[in-house]
Amino acid sequence: MRRVIGAGLGLAVLAGGIGWWITRPVPVPPEAVADVTGDASHGEEVFWAAGCASCHMAPDAKGEAQLVLSGGQRFETPFGTFVAPNISPSPAGIGGWTLEDFASAVTRGVSPSGQHYYPAFPYASYTHMRLQDVADLKAFFETLPPSDTESQPHEVPFPFSIRASIGAWKLLNLRKDWVMTDAGGEEIARGRYLVEALAHCGECHTPRDALGGLDRSAWLEGAPNPSGEGRIPGITPAQLDWSQSDIAYYLETGFTPDFDSAGGHMAHVVANFARLPASDRNAVAAYLKALN
Amino acid sequence: MKTFFSAALAASLVLGGAATAQDYAGHLKARQGQFRILAINLGILGSIAKGETAYDEATAGAAAQSIKAVTMINQAPLWPEGSDNMSIDGTRGQPSIWDDFADFESKWSALGTAADAMVVAAAEGQGAIGPALGQLGGACKACHEKHRAPEN
Repeated sequence: MRRVIGAGLGLAVLAGGIGWWITRPVPVPPEAVADVTGDASHGEEVFWAAGCASCHMAPDAKGEAQLVLSGGQRFETPFGTFVAPNISPSPAGIGGWTLEDFASAVTRGVSPSGQHYYPAFPYASYTHMRLQDVADLKAFFETLPPSDTESQPHEVPFPFSIRASIGAWKLLNLRKDWVMTDAGGEEIARGRYLVEALAHCGECHTPRDALGGLDRSAWLEGAPNPSGEGRIPGITPAQLDWSQSDIAYYLETGFTPDFDSAGGHMAHVVANFARLPASDRNAVAAYLKALN
Repeated sequence: MKTFFSAALAASLVLGGAATAQDYAGHLKARQGQFRILAINLGILGSIAKGETAYDEATAGAAAQSIKAVTMINQAPLWPEGSDNMSIDGTRGQPSIWDDFADFESKWSALGTAADAMVVAAAEGQGAIGPALGQLGGACKACHEKHRAPEN
């Protein structure tokens, strides 16, 4: 009998151990970034495409102040309220981080101290980023003004307050494969990289399942607004009949084909896209037109 | 009977307390109509900027002047308290407009500044219209970003 209990206990410990093992935070290995050097000027393009400032600038920051990534914007979601942290190059932000730290945070949602980040930080999109782009982005971050504003804690109730549970979420949702498996041609492939990785369009335009993972079977088909009322519109050809040049023009100016204008968080997205080369806006439009 | 009275009481509280879209029907039409006039004239200029229609100084100038004219409409009377999207249907105007009406008015006035630039650009020629549209679009977005709710 004792042996049975012992074996049972052993199994439970083993199962717990396996559970811990497969849900543990896994940083980017140091050798992966050993030979990568960042280029700040290309990093600026990555920065705008990835929309970092839209969430990490101070609430209502305008103009140059948008480059001070002191955090503080609040994002209310069904899982709790997330407060964007300070990610400026200062001790209150990401000052002193190695490229390994930065890449682990951005592409795997793992903090330098080995904690899981909440997926309000869209690393499930950024996980598709090329390491060179991650390094360039970090080099650009280091040129930005530091801020000593302390990051505020998230307001997340139990059970989502248990960060270990994010490990299980990552098993389900942190996927390396693209949603559009067959991106024909260079333009659509570039569009796929922008839409699925950098600009993380799916984070708002795709509905989520009960655990907050993106429902890839309804990719970009529209979803409830994660913070507040109304809906984020679907942008597949079935829902949006704009031409490729209509979409590119919208991303540049914020004007729809009937000259309504972008609002809400999309106004930030348009302001970011307006800073990118026209070829990138066309690539996003080509990708969207290629979705079935 | 008691149930009937409390139901009637509840109904009268509900009906008596809340404003309805009907109370502000004229305000909503005026608000949305002015945005529609803006959109139609922006469409004329946008089509010229994109090269879909040929530039013609009179057409471009009239569109720019119409936009300018709309921006000169005093907004305060069109936005009475209680006509936000939390209180009534039929509007996407958020309570933030009334929480900070000075901000709302300064954004409207920025639209006027952008419209002035468009009046100048429309007289200059096709190439000047695109950048002026960018400025106008920026003014639209700045206000929509903060004060307009997404579509349902």
